[in-house]
Amino acid sequence: MHELPQQLANGLILGAMYGLIAIGYTMVYGIVQLINFAHGEIFMVGGFGALTVWLTLPDGFALGAAIPLMILGGVIVSVAVATAAERFAYRPLRTAPRLAPLITAIGLSIVLQQAVWMWYPDAKKDRPFPQFDGGPIDVLGANVQRGDLFVLIAAPLCMVALGLFVTKTRSGRGMQATAQDPDTAKLMGINTDRIIVMAFAIGAAFAAIAAVAYGLKNGQVGFRMGFLMGLKAFTAAVLGGIGNIYGAMLGGIVLGVAESLATGYIGDIPGMDLFGGGAWKDVWAFALLILVLLFRPQGLLGERVADRA
Amino acid sequence: MRQRSIIAITAALAAGSLTLTACGSRDDDGKSSSGDKTTVVIGVDAPLTGDLSALGLGIKNSADLAVKTANKQELVKGVEFKIEATDDQAQPSVGQQNAQKFISDKDVLGVVGPLNSGVSQQMQKPLNDAGLTQISPANTGTELTQGDGWKTGKSVRQFKTFFRTATTDEIQGAFAAEYLYQKAGKKKVYLIDDQKTYGAGLAASFKTNFTKLGGKIVGSDHVNPDDRDFNAVVAKIKKTGADALYYGGEYPAAAPLSQQLKDSGQNIPLMGGDGIYSGEFPKLNKKAEGDLATSVGKPVEQLPSAKEFIANYKNAGYKDAYEAYGGLTYDATWAIIEAVKIAVEGNDGKVPSDGRKAVLDAMAKVKFDGVTGTISFDEFGDTTNHMMTAYKVKNGAWAPEYSAAPNVS
Repeated sequence: MHELPQQLANGLILGAMYGLIAIGYTMVYGIVQLINFAHGEIFMVGGFGALTVWLTLPDGFALGAAIPLMILGGVIVSVAVATAAERFAYRPLRTAPRLAPLITAIGLSIVLQQAVWMWYPDAKKDRPFPQFDGGPIDVLGANVQRGDLFVLIAAPLCMVALGLFVTKTRSGRGMQATAQDPDTAKLMGINTDRIIVMAFAIGAAFAAIAAVAYGLKNGQVGFRMGFLMGLKAFTAAVLGGIGNIYGAMLGGIVLGVAESLATGYIGDIPGMDLFGGGAWKDVWAFALLILVLLFRPQGLLGERVADRA
Repeated sequence: MRQRSIIAITAALAAGSLTLTACGSRDDDGKSSSGDKTTVVIGVDAPLTGDLSALGLGIKNSADLAVKTANKQELVKGVEFKIEATDDQAQPSVGQQNAQKFISDKDVLGVVGPLNSGVSQQMQKPLNDAGLTQISPANTGTELTQGDGWKTGKSVRQFKTFFRTATTDEIQGAFAAEYLYQKAGKKKVYLIDDQKTYGAGLAASFKTNFTKLGGKIVGSDHVNPDDRDFNAVVAKIKKTGADALYYGGEYPAAAPLSQQLKDSGQNIPLMGGDGIYSGEFPKLNKKAEGDLATSVGKPVEQLPSAKEFIANYKNAGYKDAYEAYGGLTYDATWAIIEAVKIAVEGNDGKVPSDGRKAVLDAMAKVKFDGVTGTISFDEFGDTTNHMMTAYKVKNGAWAPEYSAAPNVS
């Protein structure tokens, strides 16, 4: 069992990344009850935005100094794409039956993938992403790569900032009000259109930060990376209780750790050696999701429906 | 009404962009039917979109180059060759639809492709029923030509129309095991595959041959080819004390797997087959140094015919690189061209009325010096060229280490 700290750390890092992406699903769902299946692609274009910044910087530019600029670049691209999607693809359908925006989201996701595939230089294969030099750092018996430190720092900071924003600022309270009852909120003078755009933008910004973390961790970004990560993040959002921002992060971490432990240990249980390992980890993760939903259909933190935002 | 029109515009835009994608993957040049020449179409099937599109576009371009070269040399008098490239998206069902499309076009006398063994399994039967010759440049699944009986020595030819210029998993696995055990001195190997037809087949063949030599498989696992985070698997490898990792799969997943393996403090090489022998592998993997791969044929630098291919490919100005299967695709396409030549010469210089049958009959007689060596096919439709090369990443690029033709019993 001596690699247990390592497996927990692996799961935590992966889960924090899921959580950051899941915020986008949960915020948009909390406010407009739309499952934005194009969010995985918002995450993907964020990664390419950050990569573009890195490629335009002069050679020899320190990666540490470049990261804020790369985040900025990724956030700008993600937010621009997400708000454009909201404005041109989702807003016209806001009063349409639920299925119409859902299908639009799936279509949008295909369009975004193909657009990057076709127009981003050399994106037909995975593009290398810069990584920190130097070996891993030992934290409580677990090896943590330098690139992974980024998500371990960024995720809690983002969560604190988002928590403060939602509860303390005028816009944040407007967001809560819109989530509870959009029509009444509108009558109270809240510009709900602006609030909805804001929800898309915040979700996109978090996705872009997650994309930088993904690039630093795996050393590559590809036009298809949004699909699987988006699916996992959506699962995390449901697991944590969709509509709840803390639930999204918790769900992400639970999912990440479950995957990691399933890979590491299920196969060691006598008689279970066929069902362990990397191939079955998704099966166990989704089995966990079903179990949680059986006993808590609203998700882990789903009871706070009233102040979802 | 306003909403309706916006939906319509969105739909039109979406449809438009999809159509554009389709256009991008088709070649419209070479259509000029000059005078009284008969047009012979060679179908090409490969993933032109998706994450394997880099390999697929290399296949398409290399087939195109072969056809253009044959036309320029007027290799077959009175015949103008043309390719018809289709995209299978690496999906078996799409590959089968493409096969039907080729069958229904009577000008198609041969098919080059596909890339994936799994796709091939769905294309073989319809092509066989139509008597249309198919040559894959990349399929390595042994059962594709020899059936499931090959493991027990009861090989039976599956489809009389299926040929390949790629060698089989059986030969590649045997060569990899031999190299790793005898030349690199690795005795304890951890085995991972990506559960696809190619990866699982190669890993299984490696396992059989490695244990036969006396090596030990200290553990095994399977991964999802779309994953990029393998830290959980890597932590498992650590406790087994393996001195090498063999991966059956392709480079997009192999690169991060190898890097994460070394990041975890395990200084052991990852070895794979031709699926990881791509220039992308060392680019995507900052700790690729020392990793190993096997690939078909001798290294290109050692074959004059390959040099010519590389030069011609460069001069033709294709946007995408020829990648791992360029040479094998060129040879596969050339084999069909040669077969057409034999068929035409045996019919007083005209394309026979039953062109497909004539081409298939001629395949047994095809023999020429291609980009990857001497090309001809044995009784199963497999290439007789068993030469393999092991490569090692040195200074961020693959460098040839050792070439041999393994003895397969």
